[in-house]
Amino acid sequence: MIDIQWKIGGEAGFGIMTTGLLFAKSCMRAGFNAFNYSEYPSLIRGGHNTVQTRVSDNKIYCQVRPVDILVALNKNTIDRHKEELADGAAVIYDKEALELNPDEFKRYRLCGMPWAQIIKENELLDVMKNNIALGASLALLDIDLNVLFTLIEDTFGQKGKAVADANKKAAKAGYDYAKQNFSFEKKLPKVKPHQKIFASGAEALALGAIAGGVQFYAGYPMTPSTGVLHYMVKEGPKHGVVVKHAEDEISVANMTVGAGFAGARSMCATSGGGFCLMTEAVGLAGVSETPVVIVNVMRPGPATGIPTWTGQGDIRLVRGAGQDDFPRIILAAGDIEESFEWGWKTLNLAERFQTVVLLLSDKYIAESNISIPPFDASKVKIERGKLLTDEKAAKQVDYKRYKITEDGLSERAIPGQKGCAFLGNSYEHDEVGSESESAKDAMEQRTKRARKFALFAKEMPLPKVYGDKDATISIMMWGSTKMPVLQAIEWLQKEGIKVNAMQVICLNPFPSEQVSKFIKAAKKIILIEGNETAQLGSLIAEHTCLDIKEKYLKYDGRPFYPEDIVEKVKQLVK
Amino acid sequence: MVSMGDFNKLQNTWCPACGNFGIWTAVKKALIKLNLGPDDVLFVYGIGCHGHMSDFLKTYSFEGLHGRALPVAAAAKMVNKDLPVVVSAGDGDCLGEGGNHFLHACRANQDITLLIHDNQTYGLTTGQTSPTSLKGYKTKSTPGGVIEVPANPLLLALSAGATFVARGFSQDLLGLSELMVKAMQHRGFSVLNIYQPCVTFNKLNTYDWFKERVVKIDDSHNTADKFSAIKLAMQTDKLAIGVLYEEKRPSYEDELPQLEGTPIVKRPAAARDISAELKSLQ
Repeated sequence: MIDIQWKIGGEAGFGIMTTGLLFAKSCMRAGFNAFNYSEYPSLIRGGHNTVQTRVSDNKIYCQVRPVDILVALNKNTIDRHKEELADGAAVIYDKEALELNPDEFKRYRLCGMPWAQIIKENELLDVMKNNIALGASLALLDIDLNVLFTLIEDTFGQKGKAVADANKKAAKAGYDYAKQNFSFEKKLPKVKPHQKIFASGAEALALGAIAGGVQFYAGYPMTPSTGVLHYMVKEGPKHGVVVKHAEDEISVANMTVGAGFAGARSMCATSGGGFCLMTEAVGLAGVSETPVVIVNVMRPGPATGIPTWTGQGDIRLVRGAGQDDFPRIILAAGDIEESFEWGWKTLNLAERFQTVVLLLSDKYIAESNISIPPFDASKVKIERGKLLTDEKAAKQVDYKRYKITEDGLSERAIPGQKGCAFLGNSYEHDEVGSESESAKDAMEQRTKRARKFALFAKEMPLPKVYGDKDATISIMMWGSTKMPVLQAIEWLQKEGIKVNAMQVICLNPFPSEQVSKFIKAAKKIILIEGNETAQLGSLIAEHTCLDIKEKYLKYDGRPFYPEDIVEKVKQLVK
Repeated sequence: MVSMGDFNKLQNTWCPACGNFGIWTAVKKALIKLNLGPDDVLFVYGIGCHGHMSDFLKTYSFEGLHGRALPVAAAAKMVNKDLPVVVSAGDGDCLGEGGNHFLHACRANQDITLLIHDNQTYGLTTGQTSPTSLKGYKTKSTPGGVIEVPANPLLLALSAGATFVARGFSQDLLGLSELMVKAMQHRGFSVLNIYQPCVTFNKLNTYDWFKERVVKIDDSHNTADKFSAIKLAMQTDKLAIGVLYEEKRPSYEDELPQLEGTPIVKRPAAARDISAELKSLQ
């Protein structure tokens, strides 16, 4: 079995992200699975950036330790990541700039390269150290250089042949030098290539929404949600999507409401701090029964927090956004593939239930990439609920936008349709939408909205269960924790430990029955989530009166590692 | 033909003699002049006394959050470019709570008309200072008199890039209605600031106070000259009413290539082909 970890590190501005993407995609195109995880600080030049690529011939879910090949574009990379290296790991570095004490690196294979000399001899640009190192990495693993060449042509095609040629030349120089001077035990054998894509969670989400007919998207840059905005504005307009970078997140949310009210399938994404600014508009969508999708790509910490890292601390935020009660659907994507799925399904739910759908993602999902089969767009369906066609609107007599109905859903006209002029209202209102403070209207409208929420509860996405039926230990989780947990399950099962896990997807309404049943049936159970106060645990306690005592909580900005999960589980089954 | 009665809705609840009555009547007259019935136009309101017009004027309407009418209207216009969109906002609503949106709406130059119901006070919350209150004005929240100098909506609009800037007075019904017609006919972001005395809480800026100061802009004023417009806007002894400035600049909608052709909301919503995107991710 092949399972190789490659890591590149250096200052921001060295082209680390691009090199990581090219390396992973080369492996993918050579027929392997790949997963990229990046770490970087909140600055543009300097600091320390890394990309870690996992390459395997097996299905992979997340990154793992330890590192087999470290590409160190500076000394700092070696100092910081030495401890992460596997025995026999290769360290690719600039031997002219760094003098490494061989005694200190006995366990490793030092692959020092004369970068300046290679650059000079091949007439390369100074900024191409990363490409030289990329070529050397492929040489170590015995990956066909032509795979990279084709990839470079595809990637830089628009920038022109000159850029592509320069990149290829640098990669070849690195490749040739490494072939002549280094050897490495781990190799990627020749296998049959497969048709996979390498997508991030941000791309998956935006692409899901585009496939699902999103018509309006507003955003304000905020890490780690910015990738959604970037991908949406890159690909959306070709499909007629209006993408608006608004003046602030208050505007973003209110624009999303305005577009939804006007009849467009409407979405926005932000991260925690931006979501804080959106909260009043969340209630506005609820009371005015306007379909909107708001995505919160979580990052850790209150206020500015730790902007470029990951966390799962916003269940309480999204659940409590906006004063008082109103129907709000809260879903949490568990990985990159689910991001595509919820990208289009949330748009349908928002329109069918005429309310706000809140989707949680996080940095680990949004900014990691995985090789997967291309998303199946043939499954995408467009559902618009009780939206009136122009013909049906024209036939309405005494149209009531907020008509009291058995299922709580009223027919929705959109501005400009003949015959239905109505007021969409943030005030409590009567059936036609006029402001009303009467006790009767308040009760009728509120219970009407509650009925449609109850209707959704009947079809809410139920928790998924993975692993063994007769498990000796069970895991409760949500969101991106799914990724390392699924990896941990595979490893535990190989060791003969029977384990299963429940992933809660819908957080509001809450699947109390399924969660309660799972907890009660578990021989032992541990809650794993990326926040300080067990926010899913609290929800479970609230809805089921069950308390999961064993907890593995992490809130340092780093994702869970499957190795650590395996460790925790083993301690419990001892 | 559209008539006044078409816009009837609920019984009006403004204080007798409220400046908003003039705006309400002028709006209806303007809509009739433009032949826009209740189904043909979208009004977006903020929260405040002005916002109650949503219950007295039957059109497609949205009454959103305090200060946030502009972003709602902006998005509605982007997805339905053929729909006339009017924003009715208060001075506190638009320049206080929603000041940032006002600035950026002027820059964007969407084809939207903004009516600012300017009574220089917070009426619905029973009389506090507003961004346009005069210095020294004593209110419930500024019993010692307002310390700040007033914001000038016209100057703000002119400097931020609005392409139609005008001022009206609610008692000048016909003049106001004409200004509304012009503002709505202008292709781009039109700001019409309307003095509308609050007879209950603002005992300083009364009808009589305005009558002494309001002067119609004479025909010699060149509305294409921004510096003249700025001069007029800065005048405080006399308050110029009429069109201060008008400029031809493509609207935001004109400059969005994806809006060409059928308005977004009139296009059939269908699952889209993403095969090109999938290929580029390989």
